[in-house]
Amino acid sequence: MLRLKVSDRQEITTLHSFLTLVFSIVTGMLAISLIFLISGANPLYAFAKIFTGSFGSIYGIKETITKAIPLILIGAGLAVAYKAKFWNIGAEGQLLLGAIFGTWVGLNLGESLPFYIIVPLMFLAGFIGGGLLGAIPAILKIRYSVNEVISTLMLNYICAEFLTFLIVGPWKGKTKFGFPYTDDLPESAILGVISGTRIHYFTLILGILSVLFLGFLLFKTRFGYEVRVIGENPNAAKYAGISFFRTLLIVMIISGGMAGLAGVGEVAGIHHYLSYPASISSGYGFTAIIVAWLAKLNPIYVIISGLFFAGILVGGDAIQISLNLPAATVFVFNGTLLVFLIMGDYFLKHRVKLQWSRT
Amino acid sequence: MEEIIVSVLQRTLVAGTPLLLGTIGEVLCERSGILNLGVEGVMSMGAVTAFIVTFATGSPWLGLAVAILAGMLISIVHAFASVTLQSNQVVSGLALTMLGLGISGLLGKPYIGTPLSVKMNTLPIPGLVDIPYIGRIFFDQSPFFYMAMVLAFIAWFILVHTSLGIKIRSTGENPRATETQGVNVSLVKYLCVIIGGGFSGMAGANLSISYSKSWIEGMTAGRGWIVVALTIFALWNPTRAVIGAFLFGGIFVLQYLIQPFGISPNLLAMLPYLATLVVLVAIGMRDSNKLNAPAMLGEPYKRGER
Amino acid sequence: MRKIEQLEMAGITKLFHGVPANKDINLSIRSGEILGLLGENGAGKTTLMNILYGLYQPDAGQVLINGKPVRISSPQESKMHGIGMVHQHFMLIESHSAMENICLGYDAAPLVFPKAKLKRQIIEFSRKFNFDVDLDKPIWQLSAGEQQRVEIIKALFNGADLLILDEPTSVLTPQEIKELFVILNKMKDEGHLIILISHKLDEIMELCDRVTVLQKGAIVGDAETKDVDKKILARMMIGRDVIFNIEREEIPSSDRVLSVDKVVVTSDKGIPVVSNISFDLYRNEIFGIAGVSGNGQKELVEAITGLRKIESGSIVLDDQEISNLSPRAIYDKGISHVPEERIKFGIAPGLFLYENAILKQHHLKKFASRLSLAYNTVKDHTRGLIESFQVHAPGISIPTKNLSGGNIQKLILGREIDDNPPVLVASHPTYGLDVGATEYLRKQLLKRRKEGGAVLLVSEDLEEIFELCDRVAVIFKGEFMGVLKADDPKLCDIGLMMAGSLRI
Repeated sequence: MLRLKVSDRQEITTLHSFLTLVFSIVTGMLAISLIFLISGANPLYAFAKIFTGSFGSIYGIKETITKAIPLILIGAGLAVAYKAKFWNIGAEGQLLLGAIFGTWVGLNLGESLPFYIIVPLMFLAGFIGGGLLGAIPAILKIRYSVNEVISTLMLNYICAEFLTFLIVGPWKGKTKFGFPYTDDLPESAILGVISGTRIHYFTLILGILSVLFLGFLLFKTRFGYEVRVIGENPNAAKYAGISFFRTLLIVMIISGGMAGLAGVGEVAGIHHYLSYPASISSGYGFTAIIVAWLAKLNPIYVIISGLFFAGILVGGDAIQISLNLPAATVFVFNGTLLVFLIMGDYFLKHRVKLQWSRT
Repeated sequence: MEEIIVSVLQRTLVAGTPLLLGTIGEVLCERSGILNLGVEGVMSMGAVTAFIVTFATGSPWLGLAVAILAGMLISIVHAFASVTLQSNQVVSGLALTMLGLGISGLLGKPYIGTPLSVKMNTLPIPGLVDIPYIGRIFFDQSPFFYMAMVLAFIAWFILVHTSLGIKIRSTGENPRATETQGVNVSLVKYLCVIIGGGFSGMAGANLSISYSKSWIEGMTAGRGWIVVALTIFALWNPTRAVIGAFLFGGIFVLQYLIQPFGISPNLLAMLPYLATLVVLVAIGMRDSNKLNAPAMLGEPYKRGER
Repeated sequence: MRKIEQLEMAGITKLFHGVPANKDINLSIRSGEILGLLGENGAGKTTLMNILYGLYQPDAGQVLINGKPVRISSPQESKMHGIGMVHQHFMLIESHSAMENICLGYDAAPLVFPKAKLKRQIIEFSRKFNFDVDLDKPIWQLSAGEQQRVEIIKALFNGADLLILDEPTSVLTPQEIKELFVILNKMKDEGHLIILISHKLDEIMELCDRVTVLQKGAIVGDAETKDVDKKILARMMIGRDVIFNIEREEIPSSDRVLSVDKVVVTSDKGIPVVSNISFDLYRNEIFGIAGVSGNGQKELVEAITGLRKIESGSIVLDDQEISNLSPRAIYDKGISHVPEERIKFGIAPGLFLYENAILKQHHLKKFASRLSLAYNTVKDHTRGLIESFQVHAPGISIPTKNLSGGNIQKLILGREIDDNPPVLVASHPTYGLDVGATEYLRKQLLKRRKEGGAVLLVSEDLEEIFELCDRVAVIFKGEFMGVLKADDPKLCDIGLMMAGSLRI
């Protein structure tokens, strides 16, 4: 009889880890092709479109970098939370609240302050906004053992409704001809871009610096050590006298705050005013979950995986238009790739052999 | 006034039915120890397939059957990842949600904005429907409501009063001990995840061919997540799920009820989500030992050999 | 009709990761016989029986029932052949009733209303063996002895002819052990086959007709118990004459370090499990707490180390009140802790060795500033630690879960005593370890004592208690039944004290 023999792999090399990753992505892409085929799109054409739309053209590369900015910021923040096994699915809402806080500062103080004061102030406000929203599920979990997946998700919906409430109600712009948008941010609150692109470099630099900082925080500091012990074995963390409340609260303020930064970047760098939640974020908060996962929860690797998924988003936009596919196509990519990453992980941790056995 | 109360209660049951269906499925699944966070995606799959099949064949019952099947099929992904691959159930549940939302978006794209000509009509129960007040509230409902009530009872009966139920609950409590009693733990878990997926598919069909008769992307609107919360509220008991689901149905109806009083519809739309948080906090204030959560919920189980 | 008259295991070999756990094992047992399977921890007894019960598949060899080879690839098939097993850690669903647990294991349970339909049958059945258990109570409310009876009913009710019992006495009081032996002898008289796994010579000699001795996965002896004595068996089991060459020199204990006064602690379920316990701990002393597990020792230890709040009473370390301080504060004041279930509590399994070597100490100045961890110092410290505490590891940058239990335990002990803390609390420090590691760890505890440390040792292993302790307290239902000097002749009655029927 032919049977599978599964055993634990004792040592895992970096090369092996990398090859498994590549293999997972390639097989995942094949599976996505299948889904395309079933829904009537030519997968080869689709992939060609995705590639030329993202990394294969100058325009594509510019757009990819633009979209990588929020993904890197959020992804790095999520990596920190997930390292502590705190499942923050609420980056979408944290981004929106960050955008709301940042916009408020920009609209109300922007006229009277020079850009070098107002821009940092907006980002600070955005960080506070996202961080506050991140703190809520942490407190709920520790004080009332509320499952963080549900609480962070519920807060997503709540923030989206709140933002819509603001733009159709009290914050509706006077210069927008009745559209549900806020007024434009004043000149000094708008981020500069690399000319000919939409790359708001201030946020990009901020993103890269914070990624490096988070990498250091997680792997070189006492705080990062405590985060990792909590994630690895909560019992041991309790035994070691690590404060769950303090640690998880800080983790979630960081995680939410990073998403808040991304929100400010999107408003001040791209849109210049607040509009519907779906156009401010277009699902960055969810895509970033896989960005963090693909990066093996290492903030430094998030730069690479963030660029990769930004490419998929941009390419996805391209095929949506040319193949008339819905916005949810990106979810197909994300979901399928995540499934294959999970499978890859299994084959990395286990040795699976087909064996003839006599019985 | 009486008229309004009767209609509000009737609509409460209508709004609560998909939540009840989803919650029964999730209760079964979690009782076997598997946390399925993919309900939102599976519901969406159910909604779109039910819609397409009903649209194409004109038969809502066929639509329902295909939706159940679709829900079961896509849930295999989660069963495979969490049982066979012993992966993190949070992550694979999220993958299932994305996959379900994505595929249903792809499949449903051509149908956006086209209403159904037929839908699952309400089925007044002859005789009973004439009882004053009660009849209009309980016995003038869509078949989904009756099915949900019966299934909640069946699910409770199976869990409490059958050998299979003992096996399911034991699996969620202590898979190793259950396995030594000769129970195929993996099979039980697969079964529960897949049947749970069928329930979510049914809930989705409820939305697209009965609650409304159209398909739009994101029409599940977080109901899948509310279901996960309701499962906790129900303390993993299908009969308590009935109370929870209709409580939340009431909140959905409440939104529309108090809208005329001048409160922004967007703020009212937050109600179900805020209520979910409030409910979870309220449960969290209770002694966690009295919650009876399956002891091994969400823990990957690695069988036998070391 | 008996399904098994005679059972044989022939040429059984089982490898784990290429390392043999059982090597070419042959044994046989016939109806009306009690066979002892003797060997120390890690000798491969449980592995062998798990093969017979269908949990593991052998790499070679076969099982023969009544002379015919049978295939046992799952517990289900094993049960069908008439084999039942009572595991050392009971395989019961804690939150379910005894009734539901029996139904779960019963193959012929009716599909609907199994509890209601089987109730009368099961009650009658338990009467036959004088089992007295409340079938409707959830398992966690039953005593260890009652739980074991549920396990036995479960196996027998399902028609087991051959009953395997894995270390059945380890959780029982001496009185309960006597009752168990009565039951087992009765079953034997009815023609059942019983295999008793044990590492205790006394019970093998008392109960078994024949004994098979395992050492490092292979059979090293096989005898009728009437032909051998304990000394011969011990030599077979260990492979040498002296079990341990530990010498405990007499040292007068000096100053008092820790004083526990009228401490009351409740369990997770809110029930008081430590009631009014008081004792003092002195330098140069090992103070042992003996007792069947589940009598409050775990909660007492957690209270002393800050992992659990006390309801009332006081705990004083060197004239400072430390009760209800945080675990970190208590550690800093000088109480270190070797926790029970080392992998569950003592380490973060996925983190590197050097990261686990500073668990609980990572906040100390020598390893960390306010912000960063001094990883170079940490690594040097780890190298020193594994050197001086004989931790065998291929390197310090490997996940700690890759180490064997003994090495993990040495790492934990080393970590905890390297700084010479005034008080060490050690819970079941040698549980499940092989002889070498056990001996090493016990010597380290004695070394601490000699150096002036005070050790609070919680153990179920009476041999360990007698070998190491200067004074022994016996705990039962959250109370001390007595505190005695190690040379007190009254310790002969420790069994009665453990059962709660004698208070000194």
